[in-house]
Amino acid sequence: MSDHAYIELKNICKSFGSVVANRDVCLSVNKGEIHALLGENGSGKSTLVNMLAGIYSPDGGEIFIDGKPVYFSSPRDAIEQGIGMVHQHFKLVDVMTAKENIAAGSKTGFFVRGKTLSGEIAAIGQRYGLVVNPDKKVYNMSVGEKQTVEILKMLYRGARILILDEPTAVLTPQEIQTLFDILRNMKNEGCAIIIITHKLNEVLEISDRVTILRKGESVSTLETAGVSPLELAEQMVGRAIKLEVERTETQKTAEPLLRVEGLEARDEENVKLLSDMSFDLYGGEILGVAGIAGSGQKELCEIVAGLCKATAGSVRFMGEEILGMTPGKIIRKGISMSFIPEDRLGMGLVAGMNIVDNVMLKNYHASPGLFMDRAAGKKLAEKIVKRFDISTPSVFHIVKKLSGGNIQKVLLGREVDMNPHLLITAYPVRGLDIGASYNIYDVLNEQKRSGVGVLFIGEDLDVLLQLCDRILVLHAGRSMGIVDPRVTSKEELGLMMLGRGREGEAYA
Amino acid sequence: MLKIVKRPEGSHRRETLMRVSAVFFALVASAVIMALLGYNPFLVYAKIVEGSLMSAYRFRETIHKTIPLVVLSLGIAVAFKMKFWNIGAEGQLYMGAFGAALVAYSLPTLPSPLLLAFMMLVGAVFGGLWALIPALLKLKFSTSETLVTLMLNYIAIKWVSYLQYGPWKDPNGIGFPKMAAFSSGAVLPKVFGIHIGWIIALVLVVVIHILLKKSKLGYEIAVLGESDTTARYAGMSVAKITVTAVLISGGLCGLAGMMQASGIERTLNDQLSGGLGFTAVITCWLARLSAPAVVLVSFLFSVLIQGGAYLQSSMKIPSAVAGVLQGIILFFVLGSEFFIQYSVVFQKKKSAGEVHDA
Repeated sequence: MSDHAYIELKNICKSFGSVVANRDVCLSVNKGEIHALLGENGSGKSTLVNMLAGIYSPDGGEIFIDGKPVYFSSPRDAIEQGIGMVHQHFKLVDVMTAKENIAAGSKTGFFVRGKTLSGEIAAIGQRYGLVVNPDKKVYNMSVGEKQTVEILKMLYRGARILILDEPTAVLTPQEIQTLFDILRNMKNEGCAIIIITHKLNEVLEISDRVTILRKGESVSTLETAGVSPLELAEQMVGRAIKLEVERTETQKTAEPLLRVEGLEARDEENVKLLSDMSFDLYGGEILGVAGIAGSGQKELCEIVAGLCKATAGSVRFMGEEILGMTPGKIIRKGISMSFIPEDRLGMGLVAGMNIVDNVMLKNYHASPGLFMDRAAGKKLAEKIVKRFDISTPSVFHIVKKLSGGNIQKVLLGREVDMNPHLLITAYPVRGLDIGASYNIYDVLNEQKRSGVGVLFIGEDLDVLLQLCDRILVLHAGRSMGIVDPRVTSKEELGLMMLGRGREGEAYA
Repeated sequence: MLKIVKRPEGSHRRETLMRVSAVFFALVASAVIMALLGYNPFLVYAKIVEGSLMSAYRFRETIHKTIPLVVLSLGIAVAFKMKFWNIGAEGQLYMGAFGAALVAYSLPTLPSPLLLAFMMLVGAVFGGLWALIPALLKLKFSTSETLVTLMLNYIAIKWVSYLQYGPWKDPNGIGFPKMAAFSSGAVLPKVFGIHIGWIIALVLVVVIHILLKKSKLGYEIAVLGESDTTARYAGMSVAKITVTAVLISGGLCGLAGMMQASGIERTLNDQLSGGLGFTAVITCWLARLSAPAVVLVSFLFSVLIQGGAYLQSSMKIPSAVAGVLQGIILFFVLGSEFFIQYSVVFQKKKSAGEVHDA
């Protein structure tokens, strides 16, 4: 071993306009180490690793690889230095096979020799424990498989340093274990791994050391052995916090608010997106929905909100059939949906408009006459900004210029302010930091206390188990059953999400 | 080493200043080109101003060009606000003019105010219906409105040519392929020597400004322009809003056609527009879809067009020079958008190769 670290970042600075993303950030990673980067949203983690991957160039500071200073002017330079990055959103060509994706962009000859390639991929895969069928098309792959292909791609290009940006966000617990096994193998082979994550328990499980970023600065680097999750969280937020999600005990309504029976939906190619979905949702409860991304959550939400057509079944709201009603009519019945898509702004908010125009989106037609009542809209916006503590220079600020957490608060604030009977909320804390997430959970509990039925589409199984009264588990558009979170483990949920029933003999 | 850096949030004033300076640099660049071609650029600019503003007649001619440009730009702005790329203003203008002519030839003896009102109505309806075709195709089959509106232009122009050379050819025209002049009742009256269209255009500027900025329909159009899933999510009817906005858009273009036919040509012919429908796409875009700005930009472009025509007769410089000027201005102003958002800074060279910044 040499005395210098394998990767050394010294006093890295980077600004975007007037926003300082990184200020004097230092990071050092050794060979054979898994190093976690922990920090709230906007703390500069992604910016930092993007500089290491050659996507951005730092305004100041130095990067050393193996003791030598390096300057990256493009990702290609970084790849040449053995740095590979797996992005949060995979960069794969859907219509190509695994091996075509792996070979794309690397310096092979003009022709790609399929057999040799398959052999090489198999050899790398064996070394690190990655299993993938090289001839499988990417669009037929699960999220876990796609990630494996991404990692293989980096290794094929000779990466000795692997950067993973929130790799576990979209994986089931079982897939996460597989990933961690791969990472441990790589570590034993002497690779250096940098992993970004929000989840404290994952940091503790996988990493050797952890560097915590706060507001663009590196706060501390700790040996993972011997730190508690609470300690990490407090370092990250910069103040004392609690880590439990509260489950308010309330009285459910006697009659179901929403009764879904035999619901089925198909896409344009007649492939079933939802099949035989049935459940009841009562007022005063939070019904969680767990499932791997793309298991029918989006379709379920959109059918209830009237945005998507069902091919069979019924959805009754307070005893009345709402299938086939227009979205406008369903809104007036008191069904409110706040769907936070992956890009946050796709549906629900108008990115280029200000807060006032956005809070008026669903009730602008309620005022009489042909003209917009922006005075009322301004009052409403001010009320929501105050109630949800949204930080913005003014209510006339363009929504897309707000931070992610504030954007979500505007959306949820508007939905809650409409006093709905039924609140559908999908991924409301997606990409939010701990503090902001807890605010959102509080809002949901408050809604539940006031008798609102909440359909909560979630990602983080820990949160689902702590927050919800019941959890509906989806797999490939089917309901795998409704479980009581008080007596269900995360592993059980994970297996159900993978399509194995609770009583299934598939798990031991 | 050159580096591209995102600018901090700029003030509205600075943005305007940058756009104005873009126009200035465009004039400088055009001057260089003209000098290379052997013309004195100062003289050319002076002649453009002289030819477009420096006599009552020339000023009138400039305003005659401004009126249709304003109305067409307003029409295009309504569609563009919805991100419905209506570049079929030219065709909608001809169909509007055709509708107006249909009325003028069928009911020549109607009292003038009634006849003119009827011509306007039918002209607007014809323009609106012509624009409705691409809208319905888009709603039903997701076709590209850009292509369909563009192609419908040529159909409309050729349709008018067909009428001019065929069924509607003036039998008293001693063989000339032209249509009969409108009866005097079908001609727009003048106020201060310019046909009344200028008042109509100014009224429309106010109406469209209020429509886009203050009305619920304008809000719906803007939301739909940003995202149709969001519009649907908010309970809006995408089809209803699209149809309404496109009818307004095409209707305004049709009205511009009626005014051209009635106020300027006093007949229908296939030279009625001379590409104003395409120029209006540029003016509308340069005005950033703002109704008040449309007036200013349209006037300046009319100065260029009118001045360009004068160049040809007075200096034997092809009027295409004005076209080159228009193109260069557009190029610079669009280019300035980049500089409004980013700035290029020089950095000390550290390593080989250039920096790519995301």
